[in-house]
Amino acid sequence: MTTEQFVQLWQCFGTVVRAHQEHLDDLDRAIGDGDHGTNLTRGLGKMQDLWKDPIDTERNLADLSKKVGMTLLSTVGGASGALWGSALVKAAPVLPSASACDDETLVLWIETFVSNIEERGKAQVGDKTMVDVMRPAVNWLKASTQEGSARLPVLRELARQWSEDTKDLQARRGRASYLGARSIGHVDPGSFSSALWWACVDRVLGG
Amino acid sequence: MKKLIDNVEDVVNDALEGFVWAFPEYLHRVPGTHVLVRKRPKADGKVGIVSGGGSGHEPAHGGYVGYGMLDAAVSGEIFTSPTPDQILEGMRAAHHGQGVLLVIKNYTGDVLNFEIAQDLASDEGIETARVIVNDDVAVEDSLYTTGRRGIAGTVFVHKIAGAIAESGASLPAVQNGAQMVIDNVRSMGFALAPCTVPQAGKPTFTLAETEMEMGIGIHGEPGTHRQDVKPAHELAEFLLEQIAQDLKLEGGSHVACLINGMGATPLIELAILAKNVGTWLTAKQIAHDVVWMGEYMTSLEMAGASLTLLRLNEELRKWLHAPCDTPALRQGVGYDY
Repeated sequence: MTTEQFVQLWQCFGTVVRAHQEHLDDLDRAIGDGDHGTNLTRGLGKMQDLWKDPIDTERNLADLSKKVGMTLLSTVGGASGALWGSALVKAAPVLPSASACDDETLVLWIETFVSNIEERGKAQVGDKTMVDVMRPAVNWLKASTQEGSARLPVLRELARQWSEDTKDLQARRGRASYLGARSIGHVDPGSFSSALWWACVDRVLGG
Repeated sequence: MKKLIDNVEDVVNDALEGFVWAFPEYLHRVPGTHVLVRKRPKADGKVGIVSGGGSGHEPAHGGYVGYGMLDAAVSGEIFTSPTPDQILEGMRAAHHGQGVLLVIKNYTGDVLNFEIAQDLASDEGIETARVIVNDDVAVEDSLYTTGRRGIAGTVFVHKIAGAIAESGASLPAVQNGAQMVIDNVRSMGFALAPCTVPQAGKPTFTLAETEMEMGIGIHGEPGTHRQDVKPAHELAEFLLEQIAQDLKLEGGSHVACLINGMGATPLIELAILAKNVGTWLTAKQIAHDVVWMGEYMTSLEMAGASLTLLRLNEELRKWLHAPCDTPALRQGVGYDY
């Protein structure tokens, strides 16, 4: 991954989340308070503002991860801002202070990032949260390294499916957990936005 | 959507400006932030108290900034936790050399953002402690969930922790006092009509003409179940039974009561609820000491109410009666003229 690809990845995420803002809010309205799309769109918009001036683009992956993390931490709000933001800050040291990294480092960065989300949110697979997409995706990525970037379109589809599968779960973490059994039958909005992120990973790094 | 606003994006900022303009003798806004602090800061050498959360709960939280309650209130977007950098600003402003207590309501977003802010403040050498309010008996408390929500009972935590801090007590003592409130306070609420977050533009849930939602939180989220609307005395009885059972209240107990409007409930209806609370407490031989009735912790324009009981002991009673002077709560303040 190069710094250009890093920026493209997060630009893509910002654009795709904005396109799905209403759907994310609707998912959240069913089992939460209806602002997941609004919050992510606001924070990712601020992040995109960082790159309005191409001259200012960082040439350093570690700094970029920290910068995106701090921006999301201070602009998204709610649980998603704290989780995405603090995880990116914590995972930043895994990336080199250079303009590119190899695939192994990239996967380690994502793994560190996901582990931090699990720790901070005290969530595990099956709790009906973003972890239901993030954890299996990282594990799948690690188990299929020899296939290279060709595997990313497959992962993108899998991530979408893992998000869809949260429909049958009863929430044990986050605001949806207050609904008890009434949370069953709705897709978790955090898992949906996470699947959008993996779609961007494919779009920018796949093929 | 019909709202008394200018721009959807500016709701929180404009409201904070309005609060400061309306209560200039109480409030000051830390420039460039969503943090309201006391106009006249607390004396040095006393513990600071910071609370906050999403906006939409007015008069919480800025309304409780002042003598005997909070030193700083941090506002997020509507129903969205404030971010760690903002909370850190609040902690800096509230720090008068003896550390800062964070009062957090038990929501995933609030807990995460306040925890991160606490880490940042500790890095700056500010001594910190936190309490997490979880008074809502509508929610099952179990190891397998996020636990109970924090709702209107939080105002009792502000009041009592604020009084203890004002007395010059240490940070652990203020924290213990706040925790004593949390251990003895329970609440539950219902909605007759939902509310609309300005940015979303549509109600967070819909109710038929004859329906109500029981066990709601304070963010327009759905509650535990839906039922036909019932008379006030049946609602009071149902909520009080849940609360009393959880608190294991018996005849001879002393309680403080909060009858809280969710934003669009007329005072005449809250008064009817209050009358029924009084009847029930009398029948159960539970003595009441303090009653607060009005809008203390709202959920935008939601129609409905919540009831809160705080079981009192001598210590809690003393702090509850201590003076305070804030935009939303004033009591026992002496004047020289």
